[in-house]
Amino acid sequence: MSDLTTPAAYTLEDFRGSRKRMRTEHLVRAVLFLAALLSIVISVLIVASLVGEAWTFVSQVEAASLWSDGWFPRRGIYDIKTLLTGTLIVTVIAMAVAMPLGLGAAIYLSEYAPAGVRKLLKPVLEILAGIPSVVLGFFALTFLSPVIVQRLSSEATQFNIAAAGIGVGILTIPLVASISEDAMRSVPAALREASYGLGARKITTTIRVVIPAAVSGLVAAFIVAVSRAIGETMVVFIAAGATGGSLFSTDPFKPGQTMTAAIASQAAGTDQVRGAGLTFQSLFFVALLLFAITLVLNVLAGRFVQRVRQAY
Amino acid sequence: MTDAPMVGSMPTSAPSRGGATVFDVHDVSVHYGDFRAVRDVSMQVKQHQITAFIGPSGCGKSTMLRCFNRMNDLIDTARVEGDISYHGVDLYDPAVNPVEVRRRIGMVFQKPNPFPKSIYDNVAYGPKVAGAKGNLDDVVEQALQGAALWDEVKDRLKESGMSLSGGQQQRLCIARAIATDPEVLLMDEPCSALDPIATGRIEDLMVEIKERYTIIIVTHNMQQAARVSDRTAFFTTEVSEESDRRTGLLVEFSDTDKIFTNPADERTENYVTGRFG
Amino acid sequence: MALTTPAAQVGAIVPEQVRRQLTGRRSDTAGRIFQAVLIGAVAASVAVLGVLVYDMVQTGSGTLTGRLGDFLTGSLRSQPGESGLLQGLRGTFYIGVFTVVFAFPIGVGAAIYLEEYASKSRLSRFIDLNIRNLAGVPSVVYGILGLAIFVKALGSFTGPSSQGRSLISAGLTLAILVLPIVIITASEALRAVPGSLREAGYGVGATRWEVTRDHVLPYAAPGILTGTVLALARAMGEAAPLILVGAVTGFLSGGTELDPTTLGDRFTAMPIIITTWAGRPGPEWEQATAAAIVVLLVVVLLANAVAILLRNHYEKKRG
Ligand SMILES: Nc1ncnc2c1ncn2[C@@H]1O[C@H](COP(=O)(O)OP(=O)(O)OP(=O)(O)O)[C@@H](O)[C@H]1O
Ligand SMILES: [Mg+2]
Repeated sequence: MSDLTTPAAYTLEDFRGSRKRMRTEHLVRAVLFLAALLSIVISVLIVASLVGEAWTFVSQVEAASLWSDGWFPRRGIYDIKTLLTGTLIVTVIAMAVAMPLGLGAAIYLSEYAPAGVRKLLKPVLEILAGIPSVVLGFFALTFLSPVIVQRLSSEATQFNIAAAGIGVGILTIPLVASISEDAMRSVPAALREASYGLGARKITTTIRVVIPAAVSGLVAAFIVAVSRAIGETMVVFIAAGATGGSLFSTDPFKPGQTMTAAIASQAAGTDQVRGAGLTFQSLFFVALLLFAITLVLNVLAGRFVQRVRQAY
Repeated sequence: MTDAPMVGSMPTSAPSRGGATVFDVHDVSVHYGDFRAVRDVSMQVKQHQITAFIGPSGCGKSTMLRCFNRMNDLIDTARVEGDISYHGVDLYDPAVNPVEVRRRIGMVFQKPNPFPKSIYDNVAYGPKVAGAKGNLDDVVEQALQGAALWDEVKDRLKESGMSLSGGQQQRLCIARAIATDPEVLLMDEPCSALDPIATGRIEDLMVEIKERYTIIIVTHNMQQAARVSDRTAFFTTEVSEESDRRTGLLVEFSDTDKIFTNPADERTENYVTGRFG
Repeated sequence: MALTTPAAQVGAIVPEQVRRQLTGRRSDTAGRIFQAVLIGAVAASVAVLGVLVYDMVQTGSGTLTGRLGDFLTGSLRSQPGESGLLQGLRGTFYIGVFTVVFAFPIGVGAAIYLEEYASKSRLSRFIDLNIRNLAGVPSVVYGILGLAIFVKALGSFTGPSSQGRSLISAGLTLAILVLPIVIITASEALRAVPGSLREAGYGVGATRWEVTRDHVLPYAAPGILTGTVLALARAMGEAAPLILVGAVTGFLSGGTELDPTTLGDRFTAMPIIITTWAGRPGPEWEQATAAAIVVLLVVVLLANAVAILLRNHYEKKRG
């Protein structure tokens, strides 16, 4: 105990602290840093594992086989536009389902729903978000296809792109709803009050004030949902039907192939990726393409989310 | 650290001791990023005195106070220039461990912030992390007595610190701070969240315990500064020429009596008489 | 507006008129239609969930009531009426174990580093951005990563008997897949810890790790737990990466033992069984698939529901 009358003569030594405590502190810090760094390592590994084989593919493939009339890697036919078109159609259908429903749900939850209803509905949407995609794939195949798609078109086959698209759309509803709702709820109450103060009705306030103010967030929701739809595999794999390969097709009522399903179907069934020539490498090429597209979309969505944060 | 602090067992007749310099502050400026919050502060804080920091909002009182126990280290952007020595040791020497500094220079915050743990654990936490072994009952009791809280809580030490009233919580925070046997207590507006009765108790407590501690208190309540402190430092802000931003500075630092009755600087006089701020 | 009418005119206004002005709105047809549309959107979203669950239970009920014990403890067979899920349940169980053992500590550790330790330096901002982007990488790409690293490059460690196409490869791949989710949710939980709690800890001379361990983590624990359970549910429902790392989609002998020394052998998992069965023709396979889905949904949705309730409970408690 320090003497009360004369100040203790301190030296630097008194302030070094317990060696053992500091050693623990440094050790913990190093371990935590490594954990954080691992995420970078993972990114590097993803890119590294994609680029090598993708490069082999690009440098060895015959240019003509990249622009033909279908995607049959085991036969050396790698028409990329078949996959891109399939992906595009699925995404468009998915967004046609998810945007109105997700946005509508978000507007209702953010602007109209009484607190009690909101508290009940939010978890329901979150549970919808937790449904595994294989389940939606089976649902698309056994319910959406016969009950909805085949009624819309008598030509529709059992396996078809449209059912898969609707399934993917259902999968992204909660995503659209939650990002849009966040954006609208972060619109300051003062803006709404100003609008009501001018005698505006609720619908006017919502459409003219809240939605324009939240537009960055709504755009972000759209981009994230598109990215998610492009990256969704199992719904298409199960419900769109083109397992071995697919002819070029723009008909949503026929079987088709997306980039993701093309990757998965090369690996499935045979228990191992194999096939003639560049089959194995073609997977990596498609995956690299997929990775690049979703990365660009995610970065873009991040920018829009940032804008919401800065605005309010 | 195994010996308990002898708070509460002080001879009441001990004479007030000034004299020895605890902190020697020389030309200290603090920046938050590019923004200079306070500049060129020089002062000496003496042992067993209560030093009050007063001044208008934003003049850097808290910022200065947090320099004394290196709490500013926890803010990414904060940068301290100049010298602060504590009994001759440069507090900002690279060899100094801020953890050791904070154990010896305790802090009480504006809003009572007990840990969401039992009253006992709140008080015992500091000694425990500092390496105290064995039974801490005595340490806890003496710290709580030192903070004039023991009688109110001795039967419910296992209850959560959050269950106490605001004033009791703040005294618990004082007990928590003195349990590590510090020499200095830094208090940043410790009564601003409390009612007048709780405030009075804490003021009494401060005067009581200054025999054992050196106290620096930030306050907006000028009566409080006048009532409890021996020395008072008046800070204010000035708008710098280069930018539009306000920088804090120390205007006057002398005996509390002098600051409140016969200040040397006009700005001090305006402030203490309520003509400014 | 009526309420701001100058006092001089007040006498001229009959109370009846004021009342009419305040209550007798223009009939707001557009507003009512708009609200109906919105409610329709919500109802449709909720209805989808209802129809889906009802449809699965309905279709799978025969299998579930008829031979539940058999169904859960039997192995894969060539006949839908005899096939069981044991191998799939075992695979999914171990995938959950891998997630908890790897993704949880590493993810929480990374979150602690980013929130409690790192200054807002360029590196930590880069790591942050990187994690956000990793969270958006399609799961099938993680499958490619698993295929390249764990199956091809490290196959002799991850599965000497299976050329790397083992539960070890699958578990590690899915742990990596959910790692960003764990980090992001744990970071959010840590950010919600009040700064005054940290100051209190530092103020009595605790080190950064002591403050984190003794005060920050206990406070953030419910949020971290919620995030982990959600990540666990996600990992147990994923199929695409498993296909890439070589989960068995056809017939599998063995793969029923809980003995961890068999982790290097060939394997399958619940989502893979569902995928395979969904592709087989005939109502019997359809019934078996629906029944398997109900089993998976019970596991996954229960985990989700627990996580959501847990979070809501603590959110309410802390106001
Ligand atoms: N963490 C921080 N980052 C950036 N600027 C800060 C930070 N903390 C304080 N400041 C700025 O530094 C200046 C001084 O703040 P400080 O809190 O020290 O003032 P104060 O005198 O304690 O005021 P008050 O009486 O209101 O508590 C203010 O302009 C404030 O905005
Ligand atoms: Mg202050």
